[in-house]
Amino acid sequence: MSSTAIGVSRPPVPDLATVREFVDSEVIPNAEEWDRTERLPRSIVDRVGELGLWAPFVPAEDGGAGLDMVTLGKIHEEVGRGCSGLRSMLTVHTMVSWAVWRRGSAAQHAELLPRLISGETFGVFCLSEPDNGSDATATGTVAVEDGGDWVINGHKKWITGGQVADVMMVFLRTGPGMSAFLVPADAPGVTITPVPNMLGTRSSMIAEIVFDDVRVPDSAMLGPRGWAAGMVMTGALDMGRYSVACGSVGIIQASLDACVAYTSTRAVADGKLRDLQLIRRKITDLVTNVRAARLLCEEAGRLKESGDPATIMATWVAKYFASTSAVAAANDAVQIHGANGCSQDYPAARLYRDSKIMEIIEGSTELQQTFIAGEAYREAA
Amino acid sequence: MSDTYTEIRQFITAKYPDIELADDQDIFSLGFVNSLFAMELVMFMEKTFATRIPNEELKLDNFRSVNAMADLVGRLVGEADTAAAI
Repeated sequence: MSSTAIGVSRPPVPDLATVREFVDSEVIPNAEEWDRTERLPRSIVDRVGELGLWAPFVPAEDGGAGLDMVTLGKIHEEVGRGCSGLRSMLTVHTMVSWAVWRRGSAAQHAELLPRLISGETFGVFCLSEPDNGSDATATGTVAVEDGGDWVINGHKKWITGGQVADVMMVFLRTGPGMSAFLVPADAPGVTITPVPNMLGTRSSMIAEIVFDDVRVPDSAMLGPRGWAAGMVMTGALDMGRYSVACGSVGIIQASLDACVAYTSTRAVADGKLRDLQLIRRKITDLVTNVRAARLLCEEAGRLKESGDPATIMATWVAKYFASTSAVAAANDAVQIHGANGCSQDYPAARLYRDSKIMEIIEGSTELQQTFIAGEAYREAA
Repeated sequence: MSDTYTEIRQFITAKYPDIELADDQDIFSLGFVNSLFAMELVMFMEKTFATRIPNEELKLDNFRSVNAMADLVGRLVGEADTAAAI
């Protein structure tokens, strides 16, 4: 870590070459095991912190590395290329860190931001519930004011990283409107239960979280309540969507890498699998789609970096294309690998399972289609 | 009419070209304002007028009409100018 003139440590500024090397040497060789055991070891979580990857977008004047959004996206792509479970952890922590940075109080900044930047405190995003997912405002979790505190009751599910959360950003009802609260994971009344045997991103330690008369001070409220709380949620989801889009590019790249390697060595009559035209067609699709998805993510990142509101729709489009292309890419990867693609000896099966998750989280494919088409009709009106 | 009103009005009508918008009209009554559009509005105002909208100003009434939004911008930019001059 570098130091300022007054001796305060600054977080490292991550560079892509280092991240690629980290993914190649420390993530990819272990991703299958993490997927099998449904767990990320503490050591890899600590390494992510050492590399400064948890929240590098926080501006330098607020204690962060001040990394631009395009490079942030490429980091999430790289990590997603290695392990979607680990990238999912980056996603949710990014969402919480963004919300605290952008809408947190001075006290929340002082208490939490440095620890979120370093990764010493791991944040998770608590929105989905057993009975509502895409309909985000239909939350059944409520907080009732009581003598200056708030008492929370409710149930969240499918919480990425929930098993190892330190702080939870919980969206709930306060009266007729919504609010967000920062709740310590070890608060009395919080029960965290692992959700095992998920289809994909199995190493991201998903949990369901029950709140039983959990008491938090008013100072735990993040940002404004009511109408404007929707902006905290929307902004955090926008960051999450961007991360998932970039992570999906990583899945496509991993699928392409796996297929090129496999088809270059797999012998068939008169040559190698790579010599067959139908294989080359699939490889061409992989190459084209990874480049296209990457460009869409870069555009979303550039617009995000400049604060342009067009980033919102650009991010929807990027996530839609990248996630659906990731599913197609991983499907082709399994098909190309044949029976080997259905075993744990090759990454194709894990990529296939992980890719499907990308079509569901941070705005399902169907929700994307609804909003993106709606924008086209509005513009043409 | 100042540029602030025009810019805000044009941003909204560019997104929703089939509406006719008076500056004192309640945009929430038109039925198209959701959390996505609200966020786009905030980002547009912050970028266009080089300001930051703090939490305490994220109130429904500050975004209810073109007039309200222009008043908000005027307050924020005016406060920034005052702070810079001190």
